[in-house]
Amino acid sequence: MDLNVKTFDEVSQASEALADSDGLFFGGGTILMRVVNEGNPNLSLLVRTTDPRMRAINVANDKVILGGGTTMLDIINHQELEFLHAPARAVGGPAIHAMATVGGNLYARHPFGDFTTALLALSATVRFAGDDEDREISLEEMLKDRESLPRRIVTSVAISRPAHDIFRFTKISRVRPHRLPVMTLAACLPINEGKITSARIAYGAMASTPVRVTAVEQALEGRALDPAGIRDAVAVATEGLSPPTDAIATEWYRREVAPVHLRHLLLGNSI
Amino acid sequence: MKKKPVHLRVNGVEKSVFVDEGANLLDVLRRSIGDVSVKYGCGQGTCGACEVMIDGVLHLSCLCLAEAADGSNIETVNSLNNGELHPLQQAFMDNFGAQCGFCTPGMLMAAKALLDKTPSPTMEQVIEAISGNICRCTGYEPIIHAILDAADRMTSQQKA
Repeated sequence: MDLNVKTFDEVSQASEALADSDGLFFGGGTILMRVVNEGNPNLSLLVRTTDPRMRAINVANDKVILGGGTTMLDIINHQELEFLHAPARAVGGPAIHAMATVGGNLYARHPFGDFTTALLALSATVRFAGDDEDREISLEEMLKDRESLPRRIVTSVAISRPAHDIFRFTKISRVRPHRLPVMTLAACLPINEGKITSARIAYGAMASTPVRVTAVEQALEGRALDPAGIRDAVAVATEGLSPPTDAIATEWYRREVAPVHLRHLLLGNSI
Repeated sequence: MKKKPVHLRVNGVEKSVFVDEGANLLDVLRRSIGDVSVKYGCGQGTCGACEVMIDGVLHLSCLCLAEAADGSNIETVNSLNNGELHPLQQAFMDNFGAQCGFCTPGMLMAAKALLDKTPSPTMEQVIEAISGNICRCTGYEPIIHAILDAADRMTSQQKA
């Protein structure tokens, strides 16, 4: 089957072209171009857009809105987004940084999705092309239904800028600095009068998509961020999870190391 | 298969070619334009052998849709040699930074991308810069030392 590539000036046109077609949206290419290069006969239509709004980054007060086509390099080069530099750098090497997009990372399959793991801990919301302007869904909801919903164009992802030092991120790989993750961890740890309140913890590579770890979040509520305060949270580090086995690590290995890395993350230890 | 016209500036020379829809930039550079200095390693964006600069930014040409690069300025490793070896190439030779040589074009472009922005990098920055490049025979240490050596040579040249 011949492959067609359609390019549109505006994202709304691209969205319309995708509707009622078997086509796929082509963003940075780091996911789809692999499929194209393999010569997948089922792939008949790629839709792309050159709409500059897709790469817009808006930072206003504490609100950050990243266009779906924003690349990891765009984020690394943005001085006001320093808290996102580590998650963006975790996505491959320098050439990948220039190509991989925020929207694409939301659809990256296991074990990829390091940036999405960070967004999940930051309570991100997602907007899609074709929706009403005021409609957005939580990233958590989107990830739960990711495989069953029709693929649509992510126009933007919104997060609140975390207060100083409450956001933490780490990627655990067997080969440094950038290879496939054994696991990725991100945490948002607001502290009020010395106690953790409403923590958000997310893991990457520990399920089919990045996931929140609610058992850990609950065990941290009202506790101090010190070795004694996090003990219960570390004990339930993998509760409710069924980590995959792959070429990087077995389920058993991921379960064994998760508490160790969670403890390091929470205590701010470098590994 | 449908063809689309694509205009590129490759190593300073204007090139106009017709490309298949869905063709990647790597294939177009090698097959249509004849620049075989760009290597086909994995076709999956994993090995870095196909790295080129597009408008001054390092990219994996195997994952670039050729038509998306229309109007761009492309630099391959052939752009480094202007009659004499580039300091990076010389440093790779002097430091045994290439054995089979297959990863070398990508390594050199990754190194150039680093030194263009960071003329005096630390070893950590060099490691980060080539973290998307796989070498299976030389080993990374000679390559890292070659890049650091090239940085020294280039900064010395500029001072002189």
